[in-house]
Amino acid sequence: MTFSLDATLHARNFDVGLTLGPAETVAVLGPNGAGKSTLLGIIAGLLRPDSGHAVLGQKTLFMLDDGNRHFLPPHARGTALLAQEPLLFPHMTVLENVAFGPRAAGANRASALQTARHWLAEVEAAEFADRRPGQLSGGQAQRVAIARALATDPELLLLDEPMAALDIHAAPMLRRLLKRVLANRRAIIITHDVLDALMLADRAIVIEGGRITEEGPTRAVLEKPRSKFAAGLAGMNLLPGTITGHGLTSDGGLDITAHPEDGAVPGQDGVAVFSPTAVSVFLSAEHGSPRNSFAVTITDLEPHGDQIRIHADGLSADITPAASADLELTSGMTVYFVIKATAIAVYPA
Amino acid sequence: MSINRVRVSALLAAGTLAAGLSGCTAPNNASGTRTVTVFAAASLKATFTRIASEFKAANPGTRVTLNFAGSSDLATQISQGAPADVFASADAKNMAQLSDAELIDGTASNFATNVLEIAVPQANPASISSFADLAKPGVKVVVCAPQVPCGSATETVEKATGTTLKPVSEESSVTDVLGKVTSGEADAGLVYVTDVRNAGDKVKGITFSESDQAVNTYPIATVGSSKNKELARAFIAMVTGSEGKKVLSDAGFGTP
Amino acid sequence: MTPVSARRSKAWTVRKVNRRDTGYTGVPPWVFALAAAGALFVLLPLAAMVAKVNWGQFIPLITSEASLTALGLSLRTSATSTVLCIVLGVPLALVLARASFPGQRLLRAFVLLPLVLPPVVGGIALLYTFGRQGLLGRSLELAGIQIAFSTTAVVLAQTFVALPFLVVSLEGALRTAGTKYEAVAATLGARPTTVLRRVSIPLVLPGLASGAVLSFARCLGEFGATLTFAGSLQGVTRTLPLEIYLQRETDADAAVALSLVLVAVAVAVVGLSYRRPRAQPAEAGPA
Repeated sequence: MTFSLDATLHARNFDVGLTLGPAETVAVLGPNGAGKSTLLGIIAGLLRPDSGHAVLGQKTLFMLDDGNRHFLPPHARGTALLAQEPLLFPHMTVLENVAFGPRAAGANRASALQTARHWLAEVEAAEFADRRPGQLSGGQAQRVAIARALATDPELLLLDEPMAALDIHAAPMLRRLLKRVLANRRAIIITHDVLDALMLADRAIVIEGGRITEEGPTRAVLEKPRSKFAAGLAGMNLLPGTITGHGLTSDGGLDITAHPEDGAVPGQDGVAVFSPTAVSVFLSAEHGSPRNSFAVTITDLEPHGDQIRIHADGLSADITPAASADLELTSGMTVYFVIKATAIAVYPA
Repeated sequence: MSINRVRVSALLAAGTLAAGLSGCTAPNNASGTRTVTVFAAASLKATFTRIASEFKAANPGTRVTLNFAGSSDLATQISQGAPADVFASADAKNMAQLSDAELIDGTASNFATNVLEIAVPQANPASISSFADLAKPGVKVVVCAPQVPCGSATETVEKATGTTLKPVSEESSVTDVLGKVTSGEADAGLVYVTDVRNAGDKVKGITFSESDQAVNTYPIATVGSSKNKELARAFIAMVTGSEGKKVLSDAGFGTP
Repeated sequence: MTPVSARRSKAWTVRKVNRRDTGYTGVPPWVFALAAAGALFVLLPLAAMVAKVNWGQFIPLITSEASLTALGLSLRTSATSTVLCIVLGVPLALVLARASFPGQRLLRAFVLLPLVLPPVVGGIALLYTFGRQGLLGRSLELAGIQIAFSTTAVVLAQTFVALPFLVVSLEGALRTAGTKYEAVAATLGARPTTVLRRVSIPLVLPGLASGAVLSFARCLGEFGATLTFAGSLQGVTRTLPLEIYLQRETDADAAVALSLVLVAVAVAVVGLSYRRPRAQPAEAGPA
């Protein structure tokens, strides 16, 4: 019961082969225009590749090799698509929106509505059942859209940057929700956010210029990037560890003070994330301020744009060349990385 | 008022004569052309166009502007102040309307008559040969609506002959009746003799004796507000004169 | 920077369309002046006509048997033609807006032709198609169907001239709505017919409604093609515009009174159903 795809679409310079296990979630990373949405379009049946084939379980989605012209239309594929925008049908209530898939599949009205109520409850949106989509916030609407997609019981769920259009405050809640509903489900999620990749996916692929340039377990792709794109993403500081009452204790023993996101339960596995630009570098330890201060040993310095990127004990910091010169930083020096608690996000992993 | 009228009429009569004479004999002065504007019933299109060119030939330096439309349209236009010099109507009614409103000079003179004729497609699919044939079941007859002159003539003939037609359509103009016949939609139409002749080979005309029950008379008059009454009278003189009579009778019009 | 924060900073706003907005409009004053002139240009002739109405005789004039018959026929035929416009126009608009095939632009041009064609020309064309001697007319007559001089002919003439109004307005609505919702509906398992019925059509309902109203209004005013193609017989083919045209020959007062009735009916139909489309929810906002 695997999903396998091999497709080329010359007009978009697209040539990708991909296989997914029964309950596997894959994150697709890559720059804009690399072909990520083309991939989903081809799987969903909204785009017709020039050649290739795709099989989902028992179903052949398309077979366009060696004179075969088999192409299953979107509605017969069982691949629900969740886009950046919720795209809830504005003329239906929230409940009718979620019941749309079951109805289309032939369920009678009563049982479709029952399924819809179940999935609305599942995404904690039961109270919106009778509202119109126009009366929902972006985050609420996207939750309903997730319920609508899940209500079709898709064999493969396709998510095209489902959080990109959301308010910064709505994203964490939706991410947790996705983490819950994607468990034991086969899905492909396009994302620009390493956190999504880390939290939601078992595996990550990087698409650049219409080709897969990197593929592997998400953590490995991000920690040892081979592609340029993944290297750019991997610039984020990621500290896995155990969630505490005030932040997280990293596996390396660092005690991090941060504002845990909603739902981060102490004792749980988590990850602390912060940007290199949020790191200040000092020659002596800072005391008495609500900051994180870690002694680290510089491994190397490299230019990074118009900044200097300092790598030290697996963390990185970006500072100005002037500051770097003032501090006379060199490899092997011990310095203190200082990060405000508010600049660190802690997520359950 | 009545005295005035008589006097005006007398003056007009004299004027017409003078205008006719001067129009024919007096050489035009080189300075600019004179124009006479003639509003005439649509059924006069062919004949008045010919008369106008003869009029121009006889009166060098004169221009004739012709405006053809339904008589009632023309009467409305004139009563709204349209710059007409001559009005030639296809019926007495519209002329009387203008005359009652004192919009024309003197009395109108009748210059032609017209009677109805049956128009059928060349093949005559319904084998029409008499007025009574039009009432046969299954024959598609198109007539003018009673509100327009050819329609009221049709009604008159119907009453006089005791024949009741069941038309499939009552059109508001002769052109529309003829159109239905030439296109073969209708088996027969009732229009004027002159219309049939004007339509050429496209339709065949079938005369019927009962047509003399409704003779339509065409009056012509000078428009009261005309600035070229002299020329207008000259034009009317030509219409009612021998040249005009010839052109009109060639086209199938009768003499009043 | 990584793209993370750049992408996420895009704020989501639920826009509310405030109809009685008293804020800045950005319309220069001279535009208002020209707009006023434009409005007057339309209203003044109507006012002039109203001023001409013989009010003492108004009721008897418009309630005469001929007038009522013509009005009834006009309303009946226009309603039938509008239904026909929807039946034929919705598929046309869908094909023009959604499909792509060779000759599509040509097809659009031809479908829209009646918009610019003098109605008389339309009437002549219909005559040569459905008339007794016409392209289809002969076969139809053999089949026992006679269209000439029948109410069916009136409906055909009205449909011919009104169809483009429906197609244009619906095609525009379909293009504005885009295909995003339809694609989502398909991936949710809906067959094309279900998508059409439950998503596409409901989404463009305001456009469809305004197109249907425009078509109805056009049918109501249709004159030239009917006169040429259908003829004029009370109760069968003489619609209100033809009645007005005929009344004008003898009774100008009746013609004016009936004209006013036609204007009133048109204004009522358009005013009642051609409201401003409801503001779409923010959901359907920018892509």
